[in-house]
Amino acid sequence: MLNLLLSRLATAIPSIVGVVVVTFMLTRLLPGDPAAYFAGLAASPQAVAEIRTKLGLDKSLPEQFVAYVGDLLSGNLGNSLSTGQPVVTEIATRLPASAELTLAALLLAVFIAIPLGVLAAVKQGTWIDHVCRVVTTAGVSLPVFFTGLLFAYVFYYLLQWAPAPTGRLDVFLSPPQHITGFYLIDSALTGNSETFWGALRQLALPAISMAIFSLAPLARMTRGSMLAVLGSDFIRTARASGLAPRTVVFTYAFRNAVLPVITVLGMVFSFLLGANVLVETVFAWPGVGLYAVNALITSDYAPVQGFVLTMAVLYVALNLAIDLLYGLVDPRIRLDS
Amino acid sequence: MKRRSFIKTTAAGAAAVTAPAIWSEAKAQARNETLLIVNESPPNSMDIHGVGANRPAYEVSWNTHDRLITYGAKKDANGNDHYDYTKLEPELATEWDLKPNSVTFKLRRDAKFHDGTPITAKDVKWSFDRAVTVGGFPTFQMKAGSLEKPEQFVVVDDHTFRVDFIRADKLTMPDIGVPVPVIMNSELCKKNATATDPWAMEWCKNNTASGGAYKVERWQPGQEVVYVRNDDWKSGPMPKIRRVVMRIIPSAGNRRALLERGDADLSFDLPSKDFAELRTMPKLTVVGTPIENAMTYIGMNVTQKPFDNVKVRQAVAWALPYQQIMDSVMFGQAIPLFGGADNKSKGIVWPQKDGYKTDLAKAKALMAEAGYPNGFETTISFDLGLASTNEPLTILVQESLAQIGIKAAINKIPGANWRGELLKKNMPMIANSFGGWLNYPEYFFFWCYHGQNAVFNTMSYKNPTMDALIDKARFASGKEYEDAVNGFVDIAFEEVPRVPLFQPLLNVAMQKNVTGYRYWFHRQLDYRQLAKG
Repeated sequence: MLNLLLSRLATAIPSIVGVVVVTFMLTRLLPGDPAAYFAGLAASPQAVAEIRTKLGLDKSLPEQFVAYVGDLLSGNLGNSLSTGQPVVTEIATRLPASAELTLAALLLAVFIAIPLGVLAAVKQGTWIDHVCRVVTTAGVSLPVFFTGLLFAYVFYYLLQWAPAPTGRLDVFLSPPQHITGFYLIDSALTGNSETFWGALRQLALPAISMAIFSLAPLARMTRGSMLAVLGSDFIRTARASGLAPRTVVFTYAFRNAVLPVITVLGMVFSFLLGANVLVETVFAWPGVGLYAVNALITSDYAPVQGFVLTMAVLYVALNLAIDLLYGLVDPRIRLDS
Repeated sequence: MKRRSFIKTTAAGAAAVTAPAIWSEAKAQARNETLLIVNESPPNSMDIHGVGANRPAYEVSWNTHDRLITYGAKKDANGNDHYDYTKLEPELATEWDLKPNSVTFKLRRDAKFHDGTPITAKDVKWSFDRAVTVGGFPTFQMKAGSLEKPEQFVVVDDHTFRVDFIRADKLTMPDIGVPVPVIMNSELCKKNATATDPWAMEWCKNNTASGGAYKVERWQPGQEVVYVRNDDWKSGPMPKIRRVVMRIIPSAGNRRALLERGDADLSFDLPSKDFAELRTMPKLTVVGTPIENAMTYIGMNVTQKPFDNVKVRQAVAWALPYQQIMDSVMFGQAIPLFGGADNKSKGIVWPQKDGYKTDLAKAKALMAEAGYPNGFETTISFDLGLASTNEPLTILVQESLAQIGIKAAINKIPGANWRGELLKKNMPMIANSFGGWLNYPEYFFFWCYHGQNAVFNTMSYKNPTMDALIDKARFASGKEYEDAVNGFVDIAFEEVPRVPLFQPLLNVAMQKNVTGYRYWFHRQLDYRQLAKG
């Protein structure tokens, strides 16, 4: 187990080094001059040159790279020019916001998709199978920003069921004491029920819009994988031996079918975490996606590099977690491969 | 996961979503005393002197700091409050004595910074020294009023401060009232300064060392700024609003929805179409103020063929689809700058209407005279950061130019690159906007038409006659001044290196119970005059 962990970590190092180099080069190769942008409206060429020196952009590329790696090793990701804050603090405050939203969406999707997929496979060809097909097709063909806007329009603007889409908390509530950065957990831990409900209400619409989108791959994968397993010999044997249908489906078939679902789950999770910028824009959610896109628009190098790097590390960690999870679910993979 | 427990959990979840809000008494109270502003972009600094401080940062600075003097107010044509650039009024200074070579300010004796330290002349000097020393935008803006060297700023005694002039410049006094020369708490800043950072630039980025009408209670970068009123403020009438929350809502559609539902109190930053529609709704107040000294225009690079030919430029000016742009791009939310009687200056106002209108026959004739009867190919560029206006505008221009044989390809430039491209000065044709803080025609012309070729002279236009008139206007007065202004306006219209399209409006939408909105030249919101309820 430990060997597996170590070998996995060792393979991750080259990819992270690669990401460091590529992000550095990419942000510099992109057209756009941050010095001209930040010099402001009435900038003279001298003012632009002054800013360029201040930002260290007048140095050669290798010099800039050495400075960048040096900072990185000391845990410094640089300063964002557009928000004026260190990138590390920004990502540390924004990542929990994205993670809370993504996890909530994923949990919701799993709670709906897996039972739906299992039912559709067990009762193949019945109405529930058709429902599953319609739901997954609809989910995958409705882009997140569209469902997000539609939900905000219907449930906030027209019906007034949902709160105003103003971010993680209503304007008149103060954020809970910082423990994990997840507002739901922090407010529950400190027993602040008003903030808890407030945060939950704000979370509902964006989480549902994202869940609808991620439902499709999960439900389809569950259905497909269950169908394959249900058609196999050992299930026929189990049925012939007179085991209860429930035992056959859940104990034997589902455990065997869940492996590809976990793979898809990992992919969906990492995709959602990086790609929820549209939902974040619609619901004014202060997450990392929105932060990275804003930084790109203003040619603000440091946050873009910090974001890509954080995401790369997260992907590596996630893949590792999924590998380990395989081992727990399926003893065959636990071999010291 | 069992099916039954699944159904139970989702049912509980659904109930939670639709549960009614738990409105505590305190919260309802807070709502009445708080002004909620929703905006598109967040401040990036608490310090207006900081590197790359953006426009929202000016708003923070304006409301949290005092300046020595401020501007008075008047009513505009629609009966709305409008700052008055001809009237300077006391803020931290109670009176001043203007002499040919200097001005001496008497400071308020009871004014204190937020931490309780009395505000004295040495704080004023420190702050002015900082503005002219740190470089970049603040230093540049100070220079526009001939405020250039620390030696110009003299502490006479604790409550007397003198500015010595290095030349007679009529912009010196107005420049002391712009957002840049704020009065900062010098002792507090020095405590947080370091050897490499003597002006505490790093610390001031996240902290305000100020004594203005509002204090920053909470700042979550990129998300919100929460202000509370400074109840000890002495430099003006006590503001009526106790708390101000400025939240960032990136989606324009949601900003509008929040306003319409009454959840937000005020917003700038909506598309023209939304403002045009909101104007017809009885439940909101929409105020549109023409932005002083500003215009949206088509610029042509006179250093390149074929735009070096004045006949080609005039042909373009006769071919633009002015009225269509007003109707279907701006939805009427702008002041036309075309269709005047002729190309002569109509007085000391800027911007003003020129004599051009859409007349394709005339344009074709001019093209033939210029030697381009079959037209030519070119590109028209715009800033993608302002695509909601620029994109439909350039498409209309493209269609219209095609009718006189000019095939213009559209070149969209991302916001981050726009400044850099402007600096290069090699785009043949652009759609762009410019506005100057100080409302003097010669200030606009100094930036946009003068042969010094500043960034904003996007056409690289150089004309010694015009330069002489602009320079004269900066320091002249009376008849001589008027002749100079009329002279350069006439040249600008006749030579037409930039074709004025319209003067944009600064639009703001607010709830009916919000009153006291005042237009400021810096186009940011002043919370101090607003009232609610």
